[in-house]
Amino acid sequence: MPVLKADLAACQGYANCVVAADDVYDIDDDGVVVLLQATIDEAERTRVETAARSCPVSALWLEDA
Amino acid sequence: MSGADGVVVVGGSVAGIRTARALREQGYDGPVRVVEAEAEVPYDKPPLSKGSVDADACVPLITLEEAEALGIELVLRRRAVALDADRRRLTLDDGNVLSFDHLVVATGLTPRRAPYDVEGVLVLRTLADSRALREAIARSQQVLVIGAGFIGAEVASLARRHGVGVTLVDPEPVPMGRVVGTELGGRFAALHRRHGVDTRFGSTVTSLVRVGDGYRVLLSDGDVVAADAVVVGIGSEVNVGWLAGSGLLVDDGVVCDERGAALRAPGIHAVGDAARWAGVRVEHWTSAVDQAVCVARSIAHPDEPAAPAPPAYVWSDQYDWKIQLVGDRDVARLPEVVEEAEPFRLAATWHDAEGRITGGVTVNWPRESVRMRAALARGGAA
Repeated sequence: MPVLKADLAACQGYANCVVAADDVYDIDDDGVVVLLQATIDEAERTRVETAARSCPVSALWLEDA
Repeated sequence: MSGADGVVVVGGSVAGIRTARALREQGYDGPVRVVEAEAEVPYDKPPLSKGSVDADACVPLITLEEAEALGIELVLRRRAVALDADRRRLTLDDGNVLSFDHLVVATGLTPRRAPYDVEGVLVLRTLADSRALREAIARSQQVLVIGAGFIGAEVASLARRHGVGVTLVDPEPVPMGRVVGTELGGRFAALHRRHGVDTRFGSTVTSLVRVGDGYRVLLSDGDVVAADAVVVGIGSEVNVGWLAGSGLLVDDGVVCDERGAALRAPGIHAVGDAARWAGVRVEHWTSAVDQAVCVARSIAHPDEPAAPAPPAYVWSDQYDWKIQLVGDRDVARLPEVVEEAEPFRLAATWHDAEGRITGGVTVNWPRESVRMRAALARGGAA
């Protein structure tokens, strides 16, 4: 199953990911992304990946485990 | 759904490159070509005014390896000079003519310099502009920034972080007034001053003269200031001049329907800063990305159009403030403001007559910005 990754130091709190998929991404009080799921169902890959690509600083990506 | 001539995207901006990538993600298997006037491999623009003076701001939108793997042909150093919408032919500046099944206009903006077009005066739009700006700040003691909008404010912030003196001139009484209103704009004026900027709001540059390696500047308040470099951020022109005679309807951008299809021109779409969707032209990164996905869907799956675009969203990083703006803000009305002192954060929301949220702004409060965007997506109910 694809594994969700985040570069927490790169995250700037723009939060496009949360708006695109709020069941997978959240943001904490300091404005840093929180991953709500560690692994992603293959069926959800496109939606989660589209949300990851909406990140203006490319802080999110999927890896194949 | 692809013909032999495929898709030609004009412009390697975020809107253009995201369209090309989204076509592949959505299964489009015809040829995809991106024509870009610059020699650089396409890069992202928001970082150009951020970060530090010592760091290069190049963030690629696609690498040559990715382009090859995805079957996206990058036609760099080529400018589109003419379009025949009826015959679906695009002429490039080297005389080549490209035929296409679908064309996507993503030619963006050119920053305005006039009436400050004096030798050496800087603007910020391209990677080359960003490199020239960083070099200029690095060798300057004092910089004059004309225009206190997003670009001007981020340039002032960049220069101050590097310890360079900044004079910031804008004819409006407060900065950002058009996007957040006069009252909140006053906070932005204070933000500049708190970071040591010599602010000249309500003033204009009366004369700008090159003296030696620098500039001598006469302001409308009567003061004369010296600057080692001058940066102009007073807005942009839409790059649609090349579409004269194309048959496309152009009115401050390519006139499109609510999904980016150019009116009365089958097979042609427009995305990003040069596109006017359903009467509105937006100059923001997130809109460009959303539009790219929507147009790619229309081309790859014409029978299953994408959902309409989400509410507008834009951010700006100025000094120690992370500013996020969403939706529509009728700045003639007073917003509802919530703020906390330590650490400082602020959220302001605008409402319509029925009490629904129409838009808002947050400072250092991304969570609240997300909440506003979610409320707007639900139609404005709190």
